[in-house]
Amino acid sequence: MKKLMLSCAALAFGASAALADEVRVYNWSDYIDEALLEKFEAETGIDLVYDVFDSNEVLETKLLAGGSGYDVVVPTGTFLARQIQAGVFQPLDRSKLPNIGNMWDVIEARTAQYDPENAYSINYMWGTTGIGVNVGKVQEILGADAPIASLGLIFDPGNMEKLAACGVHFLDAPTEMIPAALTYLGEDPDAKDAEALEKAEAALSAVRPHIQKFHSSEYINALANGDICVAFGWSGDILQARDRAAEAENGVEIAYNAPNEGALMWFDQMAIPADAPNPEAAHIFLNFIMDAQNMADASNYVYYANGNEASKEFLVEDVIGDTAIYPDEAALENLYTVTTWGPRDQRTLTRTWTRIKSGT
Amino acid sequence: MQRFVLIAVPYTWLLALFLIPFVIVFKISLSDIALSIPPYTPTLEDGFGPFFSALDFENFVFLTTDDLYWKAYVSSLRIAVTSTAITLLVGYPIAYAMARAPEEWRATLMMLVILPFWTSFLIRVYAWMGILSQEGVLNQVLLWLGVIDAPLTILNTTTAVYIGIVYTYLPFMVLPIYAALDRLDGALIEAAEDLGCSRVQAFWLVTIPLSKNGIIAGSFLVFIPALGEFVIPSLLGGSGTLMIGKVLWEEFFNNRDWPVASAVAVILLLILIIPIILFQRNQQRQEEA
Repeated sequence: MKKLMLSCAALAFGASAALADEVRVYNWSDYIDEALLEKFEAETGIDLVYDVFDSNEVLETKLLAGGSGYDVVVPTGTFLARQIQAGVFQPLDRSKLPNIGNMWDVIEARTAQYDPENAYSINYMWGTTGIGVNVGKVQEILGADAPIASLGLIFDPGNMEKLAACGVHFLDAPTEMIPAALTYLGEDPDAKDAEALEKAEAALSAVRPHIQKFHSSEYINALANGDICVAFGWSGDILQARDRAAEAENGVEIAYNAPNEGALMWFDQMAIPADAPNPEAAHIFLNFIMDAQNMADASNYVYYANGNEASKEFLVEDVIGDTAIYPDEAALENLYTVTTWGPRDQRTLTRTWTRIKSGT
Repeated sequence: MQRFVLIAVPYTWLLALFLIPFVIVFKISLSDIALSIPPYTPTLEDGFGPFFSALDFENFVFLTTDDLYWKAYVSSLRIAVTSTAITLLVGYPIAYAMARAPEEWRATLMMLVILPFWTSFLIRVYAWMGILSQEGVLNQVLLWLGVIDAPLTILNTTTAVYIGIVYTYLPFMVLPIYAALDRLDGALIEAAEDLGCSRVQAFWLVTIPLSKNGIIAGSFLVFIPALGEFVIPSLLGGSGTLMIGKVLWEEFFNNRDWPVASAVAVILLLILIIPIILFQRNQQRQEEA
């Protein structure tokens, strides 16, 4: 009996010890090299629970419900700004983040528009939203001079009608698609008034019949398998599709281009919820991620640029040398950022999006 | 005393798992959206007086101002009714064959109906994506057989949603009907035939009415989850498939508007509960008569 009680006590102790040494991370799907997760556990002895999502909306709802149980989450800048206002996050304790000196001031200056003074978050990755094509099939349909780097490819109904049979996917994210439509129309991509929304809706509705699906993660596999010809999606995701296709040697060649009319630049920020069960371990995780070598490993794997200046020397040529990932000066000027949607504008936006997608 | 305990158990169950959650959802539907945790106001922390005075039916009024909600309810009802009918047409013969099969086979047949439940629901729906896609198994086989020249677009259409719902809920239709048919006394059919009924007539006049309870139970088991279905339309359906589950999701996740989302949910519940109560009343009256 005594022995039993002892083992019970050990069990209880073991459980609480495990709880104290556990960090729960909620990140985007297909967004890290799994080897890094193992490295973190080996180096720190902290158990890492790693869950994934594929939309900012899902993350935000969990955070606003409270008690999400996560220690580190990765919202996009525009969503982060609103969540900070709602009191979702705790300020970072910089004394626990010695690696924060590795961060890149150019990116920090841009993320400060969402998180003033970067008090609540660090940049994980940043990228652009653009066009992924199955080069062979698109050229077969539209000819060798197909405009694969132009928004005209996906917003000109003439092009889309021809591409429809082959399959076109758009992101199921109005905060990405409406700015793209506005850019195509030559309007301010950050416009949120009813008039601008109507114009964007008209442009999207005109090509709607030719879009097979609105989805924010399926297009990686669909492009790589050759199921679809064109996807409007996130840079690194499309580059991952390119690599998966190359590895599978299935004859599919994928290319990514940031639209030359202007491309949305976004920032995914790591932050610690105010009610995180283990903020101590969360800081250790952030510091681990900000290590130059680790951050470079992450970028080398997912093909997204990061906000870590010191990591650049460890990046492979495929990443640092690719202007689709690290744009040169000229390309950087072609990138724009957008601001957060307020509650009333958001409702109009969602309603517009539903109307575009379902025709009602 | 014993009787009281017996009655108390199911009522406590109902109270804890139905009434209390409903009251919470109903309360949120009367609240206003806010940028905070949780994303609505008022909460009980505001004190009782301000708490009750801040509640109103604004969100229900809002639902009438946009025809999206109405259309989504109607479209969901249509999909739920149609798929229940298809499930019944497919499920009844299966149940009938099972009930008529030799005694020693029945356990095995029953097992075969239940077997798919051993795999996760999500995986089974996901498998349909592999079967129905452009490059999927179905299209490959049809192309190979020469039945079609170009791959059919089934995935991401409402047809795929029907296939998914019928496949998923088929066992819920088969099992209650089988239970009813299994209890059916074969002598009644013999009697009907002796009295001059053809086999078809005997089926219509004896078998169907006697399995009525199974049909009704099965139909409810399919109709109710199909009406609020979210997973199947979001995996198999295209963006043209408008269903109330999807609208609910958008209110919650895209608009962060829990109050309106709750109002949508309350109405959905009323759509489900009112016909069920009317039906039960009717049943009771018939039994009493």
